[in-house]
Amino acid sequence: MDTVEIIVTLVGVALAGFVLWYFFFSARQTASAVSSVSGVQEVDITVKGGYSPDVIEVERGKPVQLSFYRDEENSCSEELLMPDFHIRRDLPAFKTTLVELLPQQAGTFPFTCGMGLLRGSLVVK
Amino acid sequence: METDLKTETLDIEGMTCASCASFVEKSLARTPGVQRAMVNFATEKATIDYLPAQATPATLRQAVVQAGYGVLERAPDTSAADRQAEIDQQKAHAYQQLRRRFWVAAGLALIIMPLSMLMLWPAAMQRINMQWLNYGLLLLTLPVLLYSGREFYTSAWNGFRHRAANMDTLIAVGTGAAFLYSLAATVVPEFFRSRGLTPEVYYDTTATIIALILLGKVLELRAKTQTSAAMKALIGLQAKTARVVRPGGQELDVPIEQVQLGDLVVVRPGEKVATDGLIEEGHSAVDEAMLTGESLPVEKKAGDPVFGATLNKTGSFRFRVTKVGADTMLAQIVKLVEDAQGSRAPIQRLADKVSAIFVPTVVVIAILTFVLWFDLAPIETRLPLALVNFVAVLIIACPCALGLATPTAIMVSTGKGAEHGVLIRNAEALEKAYQVNTVLLDKTGTITRGEPAVTDFVPAAGQDAARLLQLVAAVERQSEHPLAAAVVRYAEAQQAASAPATGFRAIEGQGAEATVNGQAVLIGNSRLLDEAGIVLPVAVRQQADALLTQAKTVLYVAVAGQAAGLIGVADTVRDTSVAAIRRLQSMGLEVVMMTGDNPQTAAQVARQVGITRYFAEVLPGGKAGKVKELQAEGRIVAMVGDGINDAPALAQADIGLAMGGGTDVAMEAAGITLMRSDLQGVVTAIELSRQTIRTIKQNLFFAFLYNSLGIPIAAGLLYPVFGWLLSPMLAAGAMALSSVSVLTNSLRLRGFTPLKP
Repeated sequence: MDTVEIIVTLVGVALAGFVLWYFFFSARQTASAVSSVSGVQEVDITVKGGYSPDVIEVERGKPVQLSFYRDEENSCSEELLMPDFHIRRDLPAFKTTLVELLPQQAGTFPFTCGMGLLRGSLVVK
Repeated sequence: METDLKTETLDIEGMTCASCASFVEKSLARTPGVQRAMVNFATEKATIDYLPAQATPATLRQAVVQAGYGVLERAPDTSAADRQAEIDQQKAHAYQQLRRRFWVAAGLALIIMPLSMLMLWPAAMQRINMQWLNYGLLLLTLPVLLYSGREFYTSAWNGFRHRAANMDTLIAVGTGAAFLYSLAATVVPEFFRSRGLTPEVYYDTTATIIALILLGKVLELRAKTQTSAAMKALIGLQAKTARVVRPGGQELDVPIEQVQLGDLVVVRPGEKVATDGLIEEGHSAVDEAMLTGESLPVEKKAGDPVFGATLNKTGSFRFRVTKVGADTMLAQIVKLVEDAQGSRAPIQRLADKVSAIFVPTVVVIAILTFVLWFDLAPIETRLPLALVNFVAVLIIACPCALGLATPTAIMVSTGKGAEHGVLIRNAEALEKAYQVNTVLLDKTGTITRGEPAVTDFVPAAGQDAARLLQLVAAVERQSEHPLAAAVVRYAEAQQAASAPATGFRAIEGQGAEATVNGQAVLIGNSRLLDEAGIVLPVAVRQQADALLTQAKTVLYVAVAGQAAGLIGVADTVRDTSVAAIRRLQSMGLEVVMMTGDNPQTAAQVARQVGITRYFAEVLPGGKAGKVKELQAEGRIVAMVGDGINDAPALAQADIGLAMGGGTDVAMEAAGITLMRSDLQGVVTAIELSRQTIRTIKQNLFFAFLYNSLGIPIAAGLLYPVFGWLLSPMLAAGAMALSSVSVLTNSLRLRGFTPLKP
C-alpha cells in the first residue's frame, strides 16, 4: 500500500463515518408548539430540503395546526404524508398549507415526504 | 318577517370544554341581528339563525373570534375543486419546466456524446487538440449542469443542511464528482500526466446521466398525475349552480356555495342534482352511478333522499336541501378516499424502514467502493475506475421505486373502488380484505332485501285473480302498515287496475277493512277473519299452512263476508345474492350466514342461496360473538352487515364491510363501505383488494430486487468474475426505468373492472 492509498483509505473511512453520524446520530432541531388564544397548538414549518423544525412537540388532546410553508419547487417535497393521522397533502410551492389534527394518544408519529425520505416527527406528550 | 331569517353553520375551532361552547354561544347571541345561536361542543359547529339585514356571515365570524375562538374555513366541495385546480395548474407548470430542462439536457448530451467518442478514433485524435476539445465539452456541459440539473444540486444542498438525504443527493454527488474530476482534468491536465495518468474527462457521463434522470422524472410525473385521475373525476362531479325557488315562487340560478340548508331546489330532466336533500314534489329516475356504482337509474318520489352530483334522468322534481358543502355525500366520499390515500399499508413498513436509511447508506457504500477500487486496481487506472464505480453506485441506487411501490397502487385502487361504489377506509383495510378466507353475511338487509315482499298471491277457488288484486290494493293503499306497502308494490308491479276505497279502518294488530266497489273487503291475520265470523274453507286453510311452513307471513282476504284468498309475504332474497355468493365461493372463500330468524327460515334461505353453514336465532347482541367463534377456528373473517345493528360485529371482524345503501357514509366500525345494497359489492371489494395487494407485492419485489442487484453490480462485484462493470450511463437509464415501471404497474389497476357473475 502506497501513501496515496493509505490517505484515500483514511479519508474514505472518515467520510463514511461522518455521513453516518451526520444523517443518523447528530442532534435534531426540536420545537414545541405555541398555543394560541383559542387553545390551538400552532406550529410553523418550513419545507426546504427537509422540515424545519423537524421534531415537533405537542400536547395530547388539544387541536394542532401545522402550517407547512414549502420554500422550494423541488419535487421531492411536494407531498406530505402523516400516515398515523391518515393525511396526504400536496404542498404547493411557495405557499402555506394548513394541516389540522387532534392527537388523542401520546407517542411519536413520523411525517415524511411522498417517498419517505424527508422525515420529521410529531411528538405527542 | 320570519321568512327572511337565514341560517349559517360555522365550524368552530379551539373549544376545549363545554363552557367554551356556551362562551361562543353568548358572544354570538349578543351580536345584533342574531335570533338564535346554538353551539354544539361535540361536533364543533355553531348553528345561527340571523336576520341578513342586520348581520352577515362575516360579522358572525367576528363574534366567534372576539370570544377567543376561531372559525375553521372548512373547504366546501367547490373550494376542494378550486384547490385541486390550483395544484393541477402548478403541477402542469412544473411539468412544462421539467420537459424544457430535459430537452436542453438531451439536446446537449446528443452533441457531447459523439464529440467524446472522437478519442476512440485515432485519425481524428491527431488532428484535434485534446485540450481545446475538452474546453469545448466543458462549455457544452455547463448549461446541462447549471440549468437542467440545477434542481438536483440545490435540493441536495437544502437536504444536507437539514440532515436529510433524498434521491437528489445521490444524483448531485454522483454527477458532481464526475464533473469536478473532468474539470480538473481539463484545467490542470499536467497534474494527471505527471502522475502517469491520462487526463480523461467524463462530461458525456455527466450530461447523459442528467438527461436520462430528467427523462425518468418526466415520465414519472406524467404517470403520477394519472394515479389521482379517479379522485379528480369525483371532485369534478359537483354541480356548479343550483336552481333555487325563492319564497315568492321565483326560480333563480345561484352558485352552489350560496345554497343554504332548507332551500327548495328545482331539478329538471338531464340536470345534475346540486346537493343533498329530500324530494318534496315530483318524481323521476336518478342515475346514482357516480356514488353507488349502480348502473341502473333509481326511482325517486316525494320523501326519497337525493344526493348531490347524481344525474336526474326522466322527470322533474323539487327537493328541500338537507346538507351542503362538506356534509354532502359526495364531499364525504371524497374525504374518505383522501383519508385512505393518506394511510399506509402494513406491507409498506419494511419499505419505509429501508427508505429512511437508504440514501446515507448508499453514500457510504459508494465511498467504500471508491476506496476499495482505488486500493485494489492497477495504479494507472485506479483513479478512473474508482470514480466510475463510485458514480455508478450513487446513480443506480434510487429509492424512488421503493417509495412509489405502495402509495401509487393504493391511490389508483381506492379511486377505482369509489368509482364502483366501494369505499375503502384505509390501506390496512385493503390489506386485510386480501387475507380473508371466510365471509360472514348477515341475512336481513344483506342477502335479503330487508323489507317484506309478496311472494304468493293465492285466490280462493272461483275468485278472479285480477279483480281480487284490485280490491286488495284499493284497501292497502289507505294503510300505512309495511305489509300493506308490500302488497301495494306487488299490485303495481302486476299493473292491477285501481279502484276507490271508502270507509277505511285499520284494526290494530289484526288488519284493515274498507268498502271497494260496494263490497266489504277485509285483509289481515286469521284472527281478523275469525272475529268477523268468516270460516276458512279446508282448501284455503291447507294452502295457508303450506305458506306458514315456508316461514312466510300470511294475509287472509275476505270479500263480502266470504274467504277470497291468501297473500304470502316474506323478506325476499336479492336478485344478485345467489350469483354473488357463488362468485365468492369460487374465489375460494367460505360463505357463512347469520340471522336472528328461526332455524327453519334460516335453512330455507341458506338453501336458496347455496350456503351450507349458517347460524340461526342469533340475537343482535350475539353477532360479535359469532364472529369471535369463527376467528377462534383460525379463520380470517370478513363480516358483511347493513351497518345499523351490526356495528359491534363489524368491528370485531378482521374486516367489516358495511352496506351503506347510501344512507350514512361515515360508518366508523367498517373498514369498507359498500354504497350499493348488493352483495356484488363484496365481490368487487375483495377482488379489488386482491389485485391491489398483488400489484404492491410485484412493485416491492421489483424495487427491492432492482436495488439489491443494482448496487453490488455497480460497485463492481462481478468484475473479478466476469470482468463486468456497470457504466454510470447505463445505471442512469436503469434508474429512470425503475420508478417508471413501478408506476406503470400500479396504473394497470386502472383497468380494474368488477367481475360479473
